[in-house]
Amino acid sequence: MNLQYIGLKEINGPLIFLDNVKNIGFEEMVEIRLENGTVRHGRVVEITGDLAAILVFEGTRDLSLTNTVIKFSGKPMEIGLSKNVLGRVFNGIGTPIDGLGPVYVDEYRDINGEPLNPVSRLYPKNYINTGISSIDGLTTLIRGQKLPIFSGSGLPHNDLAVQIVKQAKLTGSDSGKFAVIFAAMGVTNDVANYFKRSFEEAGVLDNVVMFLNLSNDPIIERLLTPRCALTTAEYLAYKHDMHILVVMTDMTAYCEALREFSSSKGEIPGRKGYPGYLYSDLASLFERAGIVKNANGSVTQIPILTMPNDDITHPIPDLTGYITEGQIVLDRDLHQQGIYPPIGVLPSLSRLMKDGIGAGYTRADHQPLMNQLFASYAKVMDARSLASVIGEDELSQSDKSYIQFGKYFEKYFISQGYINRDITDTLDLGWKLLSIFPREELDRTDEKILNEYYNHSEAVATFDLDKSVIIKELSNEEM
Amino acid sequence: MNEVYSINGPVIKVKNAKNFKIMEKVFVGKQKLLGEVISINDDHTVIQVYESTTGLMRGEIVYNSGEAISAVLGPGLLGNIFDGIQRPLHSIFKENGPYIKPGTNVDCLDMEKTWDITLKVKLGDYIRFGQIFAVTMETSLIEHRLLVPKNVSGEVVMVKPNGSYKLEEVIVQVKDKNDVIHDLNMYQKWPIKESRPIENRLPLTIPLVSGQRVIDTLFPIAKGGSAAVPGGFGTGKTMMQHQFAKWCDADIIVYIGCGERGNEMTQTLDEFTELIDPKSNKPLIERTVLIANTSNMPVAAREASIYTGVTIAEYYRDMGYHVAVMADSTSRWAEALREISGRLEEMPAEEGFPAYLPSRISQFYERAGYVNTLSNSTGSVSIVGAISPQGADFSEPVTQNTKRFVRAFWALDKELAYARHYAAINWNLSYSEYIGDLSKWYNKNISPEFLEYRQRFITILAEENKLMEIVKLIGKDVLPSDQKLVLEIARVIRVGYLQQSAFHKDDTFVPLEKQLKMMKLILYLERAASVIVKEGKAFSLLVRSNVFEKVIKVKYEIPNDNLDLFEDYYKMIDETLSAIK
Repeated sequence: MNLQYIGLKEINGPLIFLDNVKNIGFEEMVEIRLENGTVRHGRVVEITGDLAAILVFEGTRDLSLTNTVIKFSGKPMEIGLSKNVLGRVFNGIGTPIDGLGPVYVDEYRDINGEPLNPVSRLYPKNYINTGISSIDGLTTLIRGQKLPIFSGSGLPHNDLAVQIVKQAKLTGSDSGKFAVIFAAMGVTNDVANYFKRSFEEAGVLDNVVMFLNLSNDPIIERLLTPRCALTTAEYLAYKHDMHILVVMTDMTAYCEALREFSSSKGEIPGRKGYPGYLYSDLASLFERAGIVKNANGSVTQIPILTMPNDDITHPIPDLTGYITEGQIVLDRDLHQQGIYPPIGVLPSLSRLMKDGIGAGYTRADHQPLMNQLFASYAKVMDARSLASVIGEDELSQSDKSYIQFGKYFEKYFISQGYINRDITDTLDLGWKLLSIFPREELDRTDEKILNEYYNHSEAVATFDLDKSVIIKELSNEEM
Repeated sequence: MNEVYSINGPVIKVKNAKNFKIMEKVFVGKQKLLGEVISINDDHTVIQVYESTTGLMRGEIVYNSGEAISAVLGPGLLGNIFDGIQRPLHSIFKENGPYIKPGTNVDCLDMEKTWDITLKVKLGDYIRFGQIFAVTMETSLIEHRLLVPKNVSGEVVMVKPNGSYKLEEVIVQVKDKNDVIHDLNMYQKWPIKESRPIENRLPLTIPLVSGQRVIDTLFPIAKGGSAAVPGGFGTGKTMMQHQFAKWCDADIIVYIGCGERGNEMTQTLDEFTELIDPKSNKPLIERTVLIANTSNMPVAAREASIYTGVTIAEYYRDMGYHVAVMADSTSRWAEALREISGRLEEMPAEEGFPAYLPSRISQFYERAGYVNTLSNSTGSVSIVGAISPQGADFSEPVTQNTKRFVRAFWALDKELAYARHYAAINWNLSYSEYIGDLSKWYNKNISPEFLEYRQRFITILAEENKLMEIVKLIGKDVLPSDQKLVLEIARVIRVGYLQQSAFHKDDTFVPLEKQLKMMKLILYLERAASVIVKEGKAFSLLVRSNVFEKVIKVKYEIPNDNLDLFEDYYKMIDETLSAIK
């Protein structure tokens, strides 16, 4: 039903309104042809009687009420896919921009996807070895998980994402079929190039699909970029049995595009002007991570978002945190101390790790080690806040030993630079650090495990500890 | 003909229609999408559609159904997983593959399966609404009691013999006083937004025991009561709901995953299928109904999921069972209300939520209760609703309005969760108003000491809270020994009692007897240690003796089935302390 309409009734921001239209479907795609022959794309976002509101992805610049011809496609937005997309670069709405011509199409898919039936999901259990201690040890990434990086402007989230992509190793038999899909939304040219260069250096470019909507590209296109990327991911994962890691940056720019779209539609705003359906909209992206029964592939997501003003309660990180299965939070203080990766381990969390670590996956002592490290490091924070009030000298021996542990934990465990560290090394390092404490301080761990891994003298030897602070026993505590 | 006039997301309008009823179920368009009429005026009728409206066109037909959105109630509910509008997800998976496509139409219950029925009425009996007329074993655990549907009462004029029947087969006929014959088969429909009638409400005097120490001891919930669990992301709301659902002593669990994660629902399903209920040695799933409307499923169905769940719960209550409803999370349900309300261009109240938010929340929690049913038995529905406040800020509208209608409030704390102190229930912010009503039960069934010890625990924790203000300013070292002891005992309570591991085989569920004995041991330690402190002995001697650490580890060291081991600990305390003397 390729009806064409000439002329518009109204233009308002990214929206155009068309009168006297018949037989068009909700969310149908349209083609808008200008006088000078350029073609833009749009989508029907509201129908009221004979009036249709159409969202123009490339913007409404140069459009007038008379100079346009509009053609309805009769179907929602689709993307043409085949295995040949690997190694290609697309713009935000899935058109190739690498000069290599169109992609051979094996199958067209609706980019909106459909909700996955919870019954058809497989609960994710296999971990991905990232070679980064603070992730592997404390917030383990699981295949099929969605684990965002909460960052701020100026923090090295891009380096971390690249490091994860370079080092990510699947465990198990099917580790070969691995690919990365990179969706850039509103990032600068530099950042996009940095990713591209890094993928090249790592020699993985043939296994990368890139969707680039840069900061100077049309804003509304951003609403489609992650959907194109995820549709491609699902196609490769469930049709070609590949394990796909989707890196999406920056989700904040995506949400801002959504806000712009919503306000131009005249919708009632929710918190900070974001539309009330921001949660549902983000969920429709993030929930596309997972593993499906009867397929051998998986979709793992690492969305990156910059928290405006480092505020974790801002609607974007807040709603994201409620949908994703944990978060990796970057910490500005650690960054300023020159610690890389500056992962704030206390607010970071991986919800799926409990079933993907331990005997058979990583090592039997992983869970108790993690619990103890978290508990001990939390006390470091208490000791530090006390020290900031009364001064470090006035602290009790026990508090001093926590301050010391904190220092070494950050220096050796969190700060590791661009080294790829094996999971056993990570776990051993963790025990070595905990062995700084007298054995009784480790109240989260049962005796059997301590017997195997606790070795105080080794820790003293390794870390060149300040002897006055080591408490072999508490006898030197006053009174 | 009623034709679609406008489409805006899940909200569509029909112009000049006169034959719709409010809350009527309708089918929209060629795909027959399920919808519900939500407002009518003389110009247009507004319908919310429970499925994706992508591709829907202006001018497609809207079909009436003449009835309200209803739950289908009958055997086959238990062990099943449904979406928000009660479509069985297993059947959809079998028919449509991994995705849920719009317009999917499957029977809510398996109509082909046969059930072994035992009839409970005979010819000439007079029966009325809500009475049991037949029973069948729905799972090996639960006997399903078939209830006479609404608007049916009269004399039994036909009874089939005991035997195997399908859901749709008529097994009893009733003649009412107007000589009209009613056919009774094995299922009935009930509108999800209407609560099922009862004989009368009873006072709430029995606790819903969950084996979670911080709940059972400090902030208990009564059978038939309601509780709210607010917490920011990562504070363990879902974990807490899972623990509660797994271990609480209700007969039946209705678990509603409302706008939450898909993987989480899969995990719930897997776990409940594998986990063996300690009381019956059967898989938990045999007494569980799961409702899953994950965050990426249509938003209007999310709104319905809560009502579907609680209607199923009421149905089992009416058979005489104790049912616990877990709703995770009510905030997503409130947001669904907000989203629909926004699309209707209603005037928003606080934070964009509609002005009727409080009344909807109260209507939901009011469906909890301990009652005499129409079938001459007692049953209860208890509701535990999770809340996901924006930015973990408890002053937001959903938390505040829920607080007005629930009597137990378990506030989850980010700081505790960061330190991996689970269950991260903050003892200073949480409360339970049920404790007074339940005291008789605790005194009679456990021991009068239980509440005494509980009070002592609360006092110690409150004292610690006060002392910590000082410690934060000047450090712990300058405190006198007796205050150091308060801090140390409070630590034993926090780490050794309130903190509980869901992954430890003994600690995951702790019977009330053991809770009592643990409290007694901790308070014994307190008294014995304070004697030492009064004698002027150095506090560090006590710390060095490791007695506190040993008592903290009691929760792991003493198995639930060998409580005699507590005696060894009393001996240990006596010996350790007398060595100091």
